[in-house]
Amino acid sequence: MIREGSRILLEVRGLRAVVNGIEILKGIDLTVRSGEVHAIMGTNGSGKSTFAKVLAGHSAYQVTGGSVLFEGRDLFDLAPEERARAGVFLAFQYPIEIPGVANSHFLRLAYNTMQAQRGKEELDPLEFEDFVRDKMKLLEMNPEFLDRGVNEGFSGGEKKRNEILQMALLEPRLAILDETDSGLDIDALRIVTTGVNKLSTADNAIILVTHYQRMLNYIVPDFVHVMRAGQIIKTGGKELALDLETRGYDWVGAEQPAMAGA
Amino acid sequence: MSMSMVVSNSYLDSILKGQPQLPPSSTTWFNQLRAHALEQAGTLQVPTTRDEEWRFTDISPLTRLPLRPSHAISAPQVTDVERFQLDDATIRLVFVDGAFMPHLSSRLEGSEHEGLVVTDLSVAVGTHASIIEPHLGRLAGFENNLFAALNTAYLHHGALIIVPRNAKIQKPVHVLFIATQAGTAIHPRCLLIAQGGSEVTLVEDYVALQDEAYVTNAVTEVALENNARVNHVRVQRDSMEAFHIANCAVSVAHASCYRSVSVALGGRISRYDLNARLEAEGAECFIDGLALIKGRQLADTHTCIDHAKPHGTSRQSHKCIVDGAAHAVFNGKILVRAGAVRTDSAQSSRNLLLSARARVDTKPQLEIFADDVKCAHGATVGQLDHEELFYLRSRGLTENAARNLLTYAFGAEIIDRIPIVSLKHQLEQLVLAQTEKIEP
Repeated sequence: MIREGSRILLEVRGLRAVVNGIEILKGIDLTVRSGEVHAIMGTNGSGKSTFAKVLAGHSAYQVTGGSVLFEGRDLFDLAPEERARAGVFLAFQYPIEIPGVANSHFLRLAYNTMQAQRGKEELDPLEFEDFVRDKMKLLEMNPEFLDRGVNEGFSGGEKKRNEILQMALLEPRLAILDETDSGLDIDALRIVTTGVNKLSTADNAIILVTHYQRMLNYIVPDFVHVMRAGQIIKTGGKELALDLETRGYDWVGAEQPAMAGA
Repeated sequence: MSMSMVVSNSYLDSILKGQPQLPPSSTTWFNQLRAHALEQAGTLQVPTTRDEEWRFTDISPLTRLPLRPSHAISAPQVTDVERFQLDDATIRLVFVDGAFMPHLSSRLEGSEHEGLVVTDLSVAVGTHASIIEPHLGRLAGFENNLFAALNTAYLHHGALIIVPRNAKIQKPVHVLFIATQAGTAIHPRCLLIAQGGSEVTLVEDYVALQDEAYVTNAVTEVALENNARVNHVRVQRDSMEAFHIANCAVSVAHASCYRSVSVALGGRISRYDLNARLEAEGAECFIDGLALIKGRQLADTHTCIDHAKPHGTSRQSHKCIVDGAAHAVFNGKILVRAGAVRTDSAQSSRNLLLSARARVDTKPQLEIFADDVKCAHGATVGQLDHEELFYLRSRGLTENAARNLLTYAFGAEIIDRIPIVSLKHQLEQLVLAQTEKIEP
């Protein structure tokens, strides 16, 4: 929700990044304030997932220009884990399977890391079990997923629920959801988006990276940005997503010059 | 191993000097076995890297360690060794520097354990000779094996476990070998006889009180009679300065099943030779191993699964986690003898290198002389996955914590197969702490 005078959480200016020597991001500008929901849309290869990973600190991407401030701090001074602790969260498009590590163990480690960061009490396995089961209800997850390996043998939908469960546990200031809708059937999409909406507050912000409009029926964005060839070429309100749904992506940019920021 | 017929053997001399004079046993065949082994040891040379079986493992530092007889020390008290005890393995035999410690060992209440014998070998050679003699020193042959010969030459104390026919022993038997003194050569010995239809779990555990340099030269023999089931867990957590050489020989009879998990953590140089012979139809063995090493450690595991008869099954998974400038060696031989048709065998060797200087040499070795057999094998060597590391770090875990967790995950598959909860937890903690310090 857009509010007068809300704080700036994220400020991206002229961001450029390369992977394997190929420039993927070619000058991105974006401002995100607390309470806002931004959707970044675009075709495959437009650079939207790269943008998400650069914000989270993936080492495969090399930042070659521009700046990103998160709550006034230079994000690129921070290692991935420091960004997470500062309150940046990336829900992965393809969550990683880690056989051999119980999901409950992983979730507790992550949760306690964040608790320690905030100077709050860490939970022992029994306390955490109660706590996490409660959070799992939000996503209608079966507690048996706690005992399995991290994402091991989870269906696509189960992996995405597990990502949002992590968001619920870590309570980030900025959550970047990278194609969280992909691979979800209608029921799962409803459950996951309902969960995200419940986690959305006036103090945090969400960036939804998506190819399709359908998730935006459930999580209503304040801003919709269209990316092409590593730049944001158009920004509008939630109605822009509906236009994209009916008209496709080709017309964008043909009718007006690139526009930056929000 | 080298077969050079040299009677004068300088290493043997040094071992002899470092060994207390053994009291002769009252049992003739036992004395003869020792004498024969000593004679044999005199004809064998310390293997070098020119021997095919030792080409990656240079044990010359072992021969340079000055040895002396172990002191008649004041025996450790219960409080000294409590930390090595396993809550759920209360049938316990404890040896300190090779000597049996009755006061640290448990006493069996006979009725409760269906006639199970768990005792010191030196006592039992007199009382259980007819059961012991067909196996002791016969399963683990020493004709071509200097270390097995030396161990047998110094046979005295040792663990003897006899599981009577059809007895199903629920509690694991914990055999704990504790090293306490620098410069000693210890010759631990285990003999497990699982009579027809019996079941037992044996934990063979090597630990040290201090980080001293000493030599452990162990021999274990396991005989499974028809329809027996044995779980054999072996944990080598000797001192980081120690030399650990071990031979284990297993015979698996008709429709019996041998399961083993061996974990190598300690030792500057360690070598484990496991030979399992599937002697009769329908025998099964499941042999898993994990070597977790760092610094300048060398851990060498040589296994041979010998399919001698038809319809045998073997499964083997061996993993090495190697950090620092450590070096792991795995040689897994699967022998399918002529006539051992319908053998079903699968072996995998998976290796994780945690540093640029870490090294692994892995070699599957299939020798198949029968038709109609299934023998699968595979080997991989890899590093920690960057995407997995990034995933964990993006959740706030430090790079160290993320590496530890992934390393743990790699080893967990093997550790999970240990059927003793308390031991499993101890090892899990060790693995989690293993990569605490990242080397550049």
